[in-house]
Formats: sequence, C-alpha cells, structure tokens
Amino acid sequence: MTTPLADLVDLGHAAAAHAPWPHVAVDADAWLDVAALLGDGGWTLLGLWADGPRVHMAVADDAVPPAVAVFSLDSEDGAYPSVSRYHPAAIRPERALRDLHGLRPEGMPDARPWLDHGAWGLGTPLAAHACGAPADDGYSFLPVDGEDLHEIPVGPVHAGVIEPGHFRFTVDGETVVRLEQRLGYTHKGLESLLAGSTLDHAARLAGRTSGDSTVAYALAFARAAEAACAIAPPPRAVWLRALMAELERMANHIGDVGAVCNDAAFAIIHTHTGVLRERVLRAAATCFGHRLMMDRIVPGGVAADLEAAGIAALHGLLKEMRKRLPQLAELYDKTASLQDRTIGTGILQPALARRFGCGGHVGRASGRDFDTRRDLPYPPYDQLRFAVPVQTEGDVNARVWVRIRELDQCVGLIEQILAALPAGAVRTPVDAAAGAAREGMALVESFRGDVLAWLRLDAAGTVARCHLRDPSWFQWPLLEAVIEGNIVADFPLCNKSFNCSYSGADL
Amino acid sequence: MRNILLEGLLRLPFTERAPKPDDADLAALAARIDVAARRRLGRSLAIREIDAGSCNGCELEINALGGAVYDLERFGLRFVASPRHADVLLVTGPVAKNMRVALERSYEATPAPKWVVATGDCAMSGGIFAGSYACVGPVSAVLPVSLAIPGCPPTPTALLKGLLTLLGS
Repeated sequence: MTTPLADLVDLGHAAAAHAPWPHVAVDADAWLDVAALLGDGGWTLLGLWADGPRVHMAVADDAVPPAVAVFSLDSEDGAYPSVSRYHPAAIRPERALRDLHGLRPEGMPDARPWLDHGAWGLGTPLAAHACGAPADDGYSFLPVDGEDLHEIPVGPVHAGVIEPGHFRFTVDGETVVRLEQRLGYTHKGLESLLAGSTLDHAARLAGRTSGDSTVAYALAFARAAEAACAIAPPPRAVWLRALMAELERMANHIGDVGAVCNDAAFAIIHTHTGVLRERVLRAAATCFGHRLMMDRIVPGGVAADLEAAGIAALHGLLKEMRKRLPQLAELYDKTASLQDRTIGTGILQPALARRFGCGGHVGRASGRDFDTRRDLPYPPYDQLRFAVPVQTEGDVNARVWVRIRELDQCVGLIEQILAALPAGAVRTPVDAAAGAAREGMALVESFRGDVLAWLRLDAAGTVARCHLRDPSWFQWPLLEAVIEGNIVADFPLCNKSFNCSYSGADL
Repeated sequence: MRNILLEGLLRLPFTERAPKPDDADLAALAARIDVAARRRLGRSLAIREIDAGSCNGCELEINALGGAVYDLERFGLRFVASPRHADVLLVTGPVAKNMRVALERSYEATPAPKWVVATGDCAMSGGIFAGSYACVGPVSAVLPVSLAIPGCPPTPTALLKGLLTLLGS
C-alpha cells in the first residue's frame, strides 16, 4: 500500500543524490498539495529553507513510523507559492527565508521581516547576489485595540543571564491578552559561514548553533555529512556519541527543572539541581575533555575516546543521580506552594502542539508522542531500551514531569551504553572529495526536541549549502499562545518550562 | 524536605575553595587593570551580563557561577538586573549587528565608573563567527574593554579567576 507521501514522491523526479530520505523536485501544484496536507494537520513540517533559487520543504507524514521526504520547488522570478498561507508553522521560516534569500512567498499572511533588522548593511545575504538594501528598520507590532489595555515591552536585554530577544506584552491589569515575540537579535550569519567551509570547520560551526545543544548539532551535522558521503562511523564512536548526547540531555534537563522552581522562588531545588548539573559537566570533562563536549563529535566518528577515568566518573555520577533524583522529585511533588504555581499554568493545547510539529518535552507534555530516537531511529538507539514519557495536561507541571521522567531514562541509557560499549577505533577517515555533488539529511533528538541538519556537498567535498533547523522554530510561536490569559508573573515559569533557544532559531 | 535540610547540616558545604589568581596569564591580565580602578571597585562588584549574540554556551557557564559550587556572591560579586545598577558589563558573543544598539545603550545606561569584560573567544575576537556579515566582531570594536577572559566557553573557574583579578588580590 502506498501512502499519500509516497504518491507525491512518485510524482516528482529525483532532485539529487540524497540520503537517507528521498528528495524530489515537484511542480507548483504538488507543492501546494503538500502545503494543504500540512495545513490539514496530519503531516508535520520538519523544515523549510532555500538553496539558491530553489525552495526545500522537509515533511513527515502521519504513518507509524512516519515517512520522511524533501520536496523542492524552483522559484519563478524570485517567487514561490507560500506554505504558511495554509500552515501557520511555516510563517517564521518563510519570513526568515525571504530575509536571507530574497525569495518571495506569494500569498503569505505576514509580510514583515524576521531576521533582518536593517542592521547588516546589506540585504538577502544568502542570495546569489546580495542586494544592497537591508530591510527597513521600522518594525510594526500587531495592532491591539481595547479599553484599559497597556503594553509592556521587555528586552532584547533581559533581567537575568539569558539570551536576548524582545517580548511585547499587551495586558489587561495583570492578565496577558497577547504576547508578540520579536527575535533575530542573535543572528550571526551562521549559514553564510557554513557555505564554502570544509567538513571539519563546518562541524565546529554547527556545534555553535545553540551552545546548550552542541552535542546534538554536531551529531546531526556529522550524520548528515556521513549520509551524503555514504560512510558509517566505527561502532564504538556511534555508542560514544549516544553517551555524549545523553549526558547533554541530563545536564540540560536537571538544570532547567531547577530553573523553573527558581522562577517560582523555590530556591532549594535550584541549588541542588545546580550542584548535580555541575557533576554532569565535570564527568563530561573527565570523559571527553570539555564540559559541554564541544567539537567532540566530528564527521567520521568522535574526537575523544573514553578511558578508565571517564568510566569511573560516570559510575560515580550515576550513583549520585540514582540517589538524588528521587529525593528532588519527591520534594517537587510534595511542595504544594510550588505546585500552586506550576499546575494549570501555561497550558499548551495538544491540537496546537500537533499542528506545529512541536518536538521535545514541550510536545510530549501536550500528548505529542514523538521522539526521533524511537520514531526515526538512528544507531545505537535501535539497540537500547528506553521509554518516551508522555503527558497530556500541557501545563508547566507536565513539562517539568516529562523532564524529570526523561532524566530517569537518561540514567538507564547511560548504564546500558557503559555495559555494551564496543571496543575498537573511534574515527574513520572521511573522503568527502568523491567527485560528485551529494546531499545528506539527519534528524537527531536534542534535549529540546528534534534538530534537523541538511547539507549539500560540492564535487570538491566542501559544504555548498547547509541548513540547521532548531526545534525552537516550532516551539517559540506556541509560547505566544500558552501565555494568553495567564498573569505576567507566570511568564518566567512558562518561558523556562519551554526553554526555547534564541541563538538556535536566530541562526 | 526535612531529609534534605538535615543532610545539609551534616554534610560539608558544596562550595569549593576559591581559585588563586596566580598564574602568569592572570598576572598579565591584572597588570592591565589600573590600580586606581581597583581601588574604586573595592571589594564589591555589581555585574550586568549582556549576551551580544553568543551561542548561549557562555551563558551556561556564567550561570554556573551563581550556584552553590562556585558561589560568586561570597566574593562580593553579584549579578544585577539592570545596567543602571552595574559596575561591570560582562559581554559575550561576537556582537551580532542586530544587538549592537542594545549593547551601546546598555553601556550608556551604566553609571561611571564602569568596566567592560569581554567574555569568551567570540567577545575577544569574533571567534568562529569573525568575518560574518551579521557580526561586528570583537566587543572592543564597540566598547572600551578592560579585561578579556578567553575560552569557548570559558569554564566557571576561568570566569571566577578573571573576575577576581578585577577586584585585585
């Protein structure tokens, strides 16, 4: 039996040597069919980006497990039919795509710029010929009408040690009527730096898309590069990568659970989780020589092997986690004043999470039962036992619990990895200069959700174009919906329970 | 809760001993901070952190400073919510052009005397993002920088050593 996605793939013609999922060029009609299927809510948008005059759209269908494909459409006279006209999750990607490439999404519902704040001194930096004119730096927020409403502008510099972005609250007394985000402040031109880079340098750049997910990005990039080059890293490297990924997940989840409690002024959990997070980072430094494990995953394998001292550090860490995590979970569970702040606060409706293809703990706390490690599995997760915790309440409390339960899974996964870690080499040489242009794509589960990496290599083996899509693209817009009807003082809780990346989505 | 509090009474503190700012690199850094500045700062510093386009790696390690292990506040160092309350701007990132105005305004809002610490490789030189159309490059291209703390990201220990250098020994 063929699925609608397979039918659409059959309609197109193979666009390039692309692995591991099909990549087909389609005409405008088929493009709009895909957009309509996304809009109907069954399919999931995985990414939307451009490469020269060509627009690419990665989608997953609703089969179990989902089928994935990339559809491409050549723009005509710098324009293509808008996807966001049918599917709101595509609005920000299309605004970004137009800022960077100058391609106009025809019929799109929001024509304002997104990443271009008029400060670069040029426009459309990723177009074949960058145009001289940046976007107008005048930016109008959506109008709000009503009696007794007032606005609270926050940022880009925030009160805490966090990333910059602007939040425009419209409030009625204490109640938030609307939140509008304006991001892009940390745009660093990542994708223009990636173009023309060697694989090794591009891997370092990819690892700095969002520092808290450096392992996930380096892994996604390496897997996309290996798919394009049709090579497989040695088994030991594959398992060490998963070890790093789980350590990264553990460090972020434990830190963020504490930070949510801290935003409700419950400091003791924050203090203890801060100590545990430090233990994870030190174990990571002992194992791989860097606290955040930056630049340790490289195309072809890993750049650091695990020695006896690292194994001992991990066993010590797991012992401490097994003792401390249940204590802290119990304290969270039994503190009524804390739960008073988290239960029923910032509810993300399951239908909205599904519609936006919202990944990670945010989606899973709203019933979206999806985890790349299980549903689009990559080694060694196909050989590991783990559960994917899902809740349906969608409030701050549910997001905290999903993360606490994922921490238990991390402990179990690291135990399994240590028990079954194969011996052997950790890196295989990558001969990228194979004489033909190739493309590769990978989806990897970061602590925040699914990271997509797509790249096109030229005949010399350098990166011609690389797109990295953070899970935050499909989570940030939902935070706007979640805060509606809550009080201003609960915004930090809602925001922290999401913990979207600014840098990852600003590129 | 009771068990956690009881354990806290019986256990040694999580907080570790302060690093000594004694290596040659730090002596060189210290030499660049003029004596008068140090005298004015005394034993207390209010720090406003500004992310000028970092990848957020630096923020993770700066946040660790506030935790029980490094306990920044025991040195008289503390993070404040507004540049108007700050002596020091701790700036990270390769100064994304989209953040340049906000960075300049934060500096203007900080009362004199004030010092800028360029934190991390990106803030020092633009780091891996140097040369991008969207980045200014080093913080020193925008603001006068008093101290630079290298690293990608700098470890909490490196950050602490650097900040203690500002206070003098």
